[in-house]
This record gives sequence, C-alpha cells and structure tokens, in this order.
Amino acid sequence: MQLTELVQKIAEEFEDTPKEQITAITKLKDLEEWSSMHALIIIALIDNHYDIILTGEEMIDAQTPTDIYNIILQKQANK
Amino acid sequence: MAIFSVRNVQIAGVSACVPKNKVSNLDYDWITLKERKLLIKTTGIAHRRIVPKGVCTSDLCLLAAGKLLQELHWQPQDIDLIIFVSQTPDYILPATAIILQNRLGLSKNTLAFDINLGCSGYVYGLSVVANLLQGGQMKKALLLVGDTSSVGTSPRDKSTTPLFGDAGSCTALEYCDLPNTTTFYNLQSDGTGQNAIIIEDGAYRNPIDEHYTFAYQEHQPGIIRNGQNLALEGMDIFNFTLREVAPNIRQLLAHFQKNLSTIDYFLFHQANLLMNESVRKKLKIPKEKVPYSLKDFGNTSSASIPLTMVTQLQTQLTQQKLSLLLTGFGVGLSWGSCLLQTDQIACPDLVEV
Repeated sequence: MQLTELVQKIAEEFEDTPKEQITAITKLKDLEEWSSMHALIIIALIDNHYDIILTGEEMIDAQTPTDIYNIILQKQANK
Repeated sequence: MAIFSVRNVQIAGVSACVPKNKVSNLDYDWITLKERKLLIKTTGIAHRRIVPKGVCTSDLCLLAAGKLLQELHWQPQDIDLIIFVSQTPDYILPATAIILQNRLGLSKNTLAFDINLGCSGYVYGLSVVANLLQGGQMKKALLLVGDTSSVGTSPRDKSTTPLFGDAGSCTALEYCDLPNTTTFYNLQSDGTGQNAIIIEDGAYRNPIDEHYTFAYQEHQPGIIRNGQNLALEGMDIFNFTLREVAPNIRQLLAHFQKNLSTIDYFLFHQANLLMNESVRKKLKIPKEKVPYSLKDFGNTSSASIPLTMVTQLQTQLTQQKLSLLLTGFGVGLSWGSCLLQTDQIACPDLVEV
C-alpha cells in the first residue's frame, strides 16, 4: 500500500473538492464538503481495498490521510 | 455455541403492512440539500413510510396477519402459538403478543409472548417458533414482527431520523413432516455494544419519575435529542457489521457443509446501502441475488427482511422453490443467519394503511 494511492482513493470520494486540494496532510474534516457520511464512506473504502476495518474512535481521531495510512499500517502489522 | 438446525418446520406464508404516509429524504430540511443528496446516495434510502400518531407496530402486524390468514384459509382456532418480535410494543406490560391473541380472535389455548429484539429479530423469531413447532404437537404458528422506530427518533437528529421507516409483518409457520423442511441457524450476541443503538430512558434503569427532565441536548452538530430518543453510533455499527456479518454467514454454511452458490437469494436486514453492499462484496455474492427494499421503505428494523420478501420477491416466493439465506444484525448487539427453503408460499400484496 502506498500513501499516494490512499490519498487518491480518498480524494475520489469527494465530488466537489478539486483532487489536487486533497493531499496527505489535508485535514479532511476541514474540507467544506466534509460530512459525517464521509466517515462511513472512508471506513467502507478502507475495508474494501485494504481489508482493514477502522473503528469509530479511530475514524474520529484521524485527521489526515496520513493518519489513516498509519492506522492501516499498524493494524496490518497486528493482524 | 448457537449453531443448530431444526427439522420439520416450514414457512406457509409471509405478509407485510406499511403506513400509506410517505416521506421523502429529499425534503428532510434539518440538513442541507447537498447533505440530503449524499445521504440518499450513500444509505440508499430515498423514501420512508411513517405511522400517524397513535398507530402502533401491533396495528400494522394485525392487518398483515389478517390478510395472510385469509389467503391461507387458516382459521383463528387453528393457531397454537403467536410470538411478537419488536422493540416498539404497545405497553411496557403486558406483552403485546397476548393483546394480539385477543385482537386476532385466537383461542385461549394459544401460547403467546414477546421477544425484545430489533434488527436481528426476524431470524431469532424464526428460530424460536421453529423450535416450538418441531415436536409436532403444536402445528401452526404466527410470527408477528415489526417496528415503528420513527416514533422514537428525534426529528433534529440527522443520524437517525432519515434512516428509519415503519412496518409490520406476519409469517405463518407450520409443522411439516416432509423433506427439505430443515432450517439452519447461527445466532450471536455481543453486549459490549449495548450503547451502539439505545433508547436510554423510560424503562427501569433510567425511569421517568418526578425528577426526570425531557431536556434536549446537542450531542454533535446536527444531532439534538433527549434521553427518550433513539441514539445511534453510526461508525460503531458500521465497524460491527463489517467485522461480524460475513464470518457469521461463512460459519453457518461451513458448519452444515452448504454452498453459498446454491442459495437463490440473500435477504439482509436493510440497514443502509453502503454497509450492506460492503457485506455483499466481502462474500462475493452477485448483485441480483441481494434484493433491497431500502430505497422506498428505509431501515424498518425487525420488519426489514419480511418486508423485502413481500415487496421484492413476491413472484418468486409464490411460484418457485427457493433456497434463502436471511441475515439480521444490529441493536444489542445481536446478529444471526438462517438458511431455509420455501416452496410456493403464500405472499399477498403489501398492505398499506
């Protein structure tokens, strides 16, 4: 798994935000388009592509795609 | 471990009833139009049926039962047991099943009780009824299952109100000494998730006494509710569903050496589209084998599986022999699957009231 790939996949889930506006350090919840629905969409995306299931708590704590990336790496290591 | 099979019981018919009153999530103006559109796309819920004030789950179930009994030509005195599965009963006590025994004109020799379960309730209800019938001494049963969850949701809670619709159902089951009448179950529970979906106040842990306040609180932006409203932790439920549902189904099939590919339809509790589709993809089930009633009726809690049968599979159920896998999951946390066969059962048109 590459961080750039994850960033790209997350960016695709935001219809109205220009792709280049979402980087590895973008605070997703600060995006104008962000809604609580996106948290669910991202949990489904991570499960589908990386077979890792994020908890509600992890999703609340994670601010940026890098944070999510690190959680995935850690959970993959513990599997 | 609650993995078991029950012999000699079959479904004779299934019916469902919803309120005529239809609401559109596009009109849910507590959130912006853009949020509404994303919500509809993600959850798959466009419309919901909502009971008018004063109408209870039992009223919907009663109408569904009346229609089914008529179609089956079953007489009230033929019924040996009636079970009501719901989390929206008429009263804290007595049990609604007993009230329904009277309202349906069933005899005093009828066994009647309630089961307090939601999303998993249909599967659990089937397992209880099947076990009671399998000895062959009681022959005919009615399983009334439904919820009017809309009554307990706060209109100013975007995490609950746009999800839930109301519905009642009736399933007729009978003892039957023929082949292909074995049903298979895998039932599970996890009380560590008790707060994931909860109405905290109004029963006995937090009773409504003279000190009780009905004050509304803002829990998160867009989530204002009081202690008597339904509270739902969406992400926790999502995590639970992704984690537990597919393994439950795989375990059931493996235990009884059944093959997923021989199943005609998979009837999932209608929670939300994103979640259900994630489960479907995990199990690599073809799209056409997983019917949805979500779009028009929303999450109807315990009624969602029978409602999906009636609205999406009526022709197949009445004309064909089917192998079905039913899976309910949610509040409790409680979840379970049931594998069964149906053979041209009664399935009258949806009742709208």
